Amino acid sequence: MASLIQCPHCGARPKEEFSIKGSAEAERPAPDAAEDAWFEYVYQRDNPIGRIEEYWQHTSGCRRWLVVERDSGVHTVYRVLDATAARSSE
Amino acid sequence: MRYSAFQIFKNALGGNTGWKPVWREPEPKPKYDVVIAGGGGHGLATAYYLAHEFGVRNICVLEKSYIGSGNVGRNTTIIRSNYLLEGNTPFYELSLKLWEGLEQDFNFNAMVSQRGVVNLVHTDGQRDAARRRGNAMRMHGVDAEYLDAQAVRDMLPFLDYRNARFPIKGGLIQRRGGTVRHDAVAWGFARGADSYGVDIIQNCAMTGVRRDGNRIVGVETSKGFIECGKLALCAAGHSSHVAEMAGLKLPIESHVLQAFVSEGLKPFIDTVVTYGAGHFYISQSDKGGLVFGGDIDGYNSYARRGNLATVEHVMEAGVAMIPALSRIKVLRSWGGIMDMSMDGTPIIDKTPLDNLYVNAGWCYGGFKATPASGWCYAHLIAKDAPHPVATRLRLDRFRRGYLVDERGAGAQPNLH
Ligand SMILES: Cc1cc2nc3c(=O)[nH]c(=O)nc-3n(C[C@H](O)[C@H](O)[C@H](O)COP(=O)(O)OP(=O)(O)OC[C@H]3O[C@@H](n4cnc5c(N)ncnc54)[C@H](O)[C@@H]3O)c2cc1C
Ligand SMILES: [Zn+2]
Repeated sequence: MASLIQCPHCGARPKEEFSIKGSAEAERPAPDAAEDAWFEYVYQRDNPIGRIEEYWQHTSGCRRWLVVERDSGVHTVYRVLDATAARSSE
Repeated sequence: MRYSAFQIFKNALGGNTGWKPVWREPEPKPKYDVVIAGGGGHGLATAYYLAHEFGVRNICVLEKSYIGSGNVGRNTTIIRSNYLLEGNTPFYELSLKLWEGLEQDFNFNAMVSQRGVVNLVHTDGQRDAARRRGNAMRMHGVDAEYLDAQAVRDMLPFLDYRNARFPIKGGLIQRRGGTVRHDAVAWGFARGADSYGVDIIQNCAMTGVRRDGNRIVGVETSKGFIECGKLALCAAGHSSHVAEMAGLKLPIESHVLQAFVSEGLKPFIDTVVTYGAGHFYISQSDKGGLVFGGDIDGYNSYARRGNLATVEHVMEAGVAMIPALSRIKVLRSWGGIMDMSMDGTPIIDKTPLDNLYVNAGWCYGGFKATPASGWCYAHLIAKDAPHPVATRLRLDRFRRGYLVDERGAGAQPNLH
């Protein structure tokens, strides 16, 4: 993966400054959603080869949550957005 | 040919021209009773035990690349059965027992070396956890011994004993643990399976699954359609990918794990040592190279290479544990794709489809499991019932709340 990640707030920063949470694709179910919905959300994974969206946190920088779009097959990073911006653009 | 000292002698007299390839390279037949998708250690062991123990012989193993190209040829070769939890200890102990007799059983030198595995402890909390794990092992009839600081020092004089932040307070040793030459494991199982007529089909990827309702009819491959009685998935890092072909979603993420080997050195480290203060473990191969690694990189990946940040972290941890490493040159590094399950424990089970079976979720620890995984999977496929030591390795344990979470990190594989 690229050694430098383009944080929308801090600019190009070393990848080690970021913590990776995991897939940003599944939507968190409502608190009172059925057990099946929670099972899907907590345990099941699409785990695709190719373009994925992930939650990253810029832990050693602005501490904002970001959505990083990258390729799980070749490690290319395509796009980094603030999580709020990523969600409102949908 | 049965290998023996006599054969070596006889072939030497014949100028060593009598050795033959040890498995055939057949074209796929139109139909098999069992198709195994994935020719890694586990797929080959499954084929071997199906034929050798359970009398099922009309089998093919599909391997998209060559035998040994996957994790079976990429791991750091450590075997052990030092697990804490109920569902794990008997399974890994069966595996260790199978390793102990494997070379005689499949008549191949896999260089099984029971040189011991030491887990160092640096704090009172770690000591308590190590003793607890040791006691759990002993209650299952597994060998475990707690070494005090002096015993560790006598055994491993090259560690840094002046580290004020992470003093070495002792260690848990499993003397029956050790290392095995990983390529030879793939080759030995392949040769053994082939001798029973199992077709090992290399450079043949499974690309799709043909279904008739709840039954699998056969598989699409790069060498055409193959009909099957039963389909056994065994694709390690690509488990989600092959399961998806059958319409199945798994509780698995694929992550990259790196490993390293140094230039050849004179005998230096005669056991396996793991650091308790960082993510680092090391052993020395019979060729003299130091074989070591650390943690997974921490992000989903299907690329068989990792990040420099992890390389740096592993080197730092290594030098902190063994200062003498700072002057050693690294020869090679590589990565492998791990099938990380949501509780860190594997899955060997039936699936909601009638004749589809799944073997996956080995994380970074599936090499040691190779014989037991093959044996238990073969048992499941042949008898449609789980082997007694593998009853907790169910696919539906996540839905039902029966996780086997050795690490206690929850459904966050990059923390396992
Ligand atoms: C760096 C590293 C260090 C490790 N260290 C250890 C260790 O010290 N101890 C330990 O116990 N474990 C260790 N492991 C883990 C262990 O190697 C794996 O858990 C284990 O090898 C997985 O099972 P396998 O051998 O069947 O996998 P693999 O050898 O990966 O077999 C899976 C096979 O499936 C094939 N395949 C995938 N998709 C398809 C398809 N569509 N069609 C046909 N074939 C397909 C692949 O090509 C591959 O050959 C380590 C792993 C790595 C990467
Ligand atoms: Zn930032």
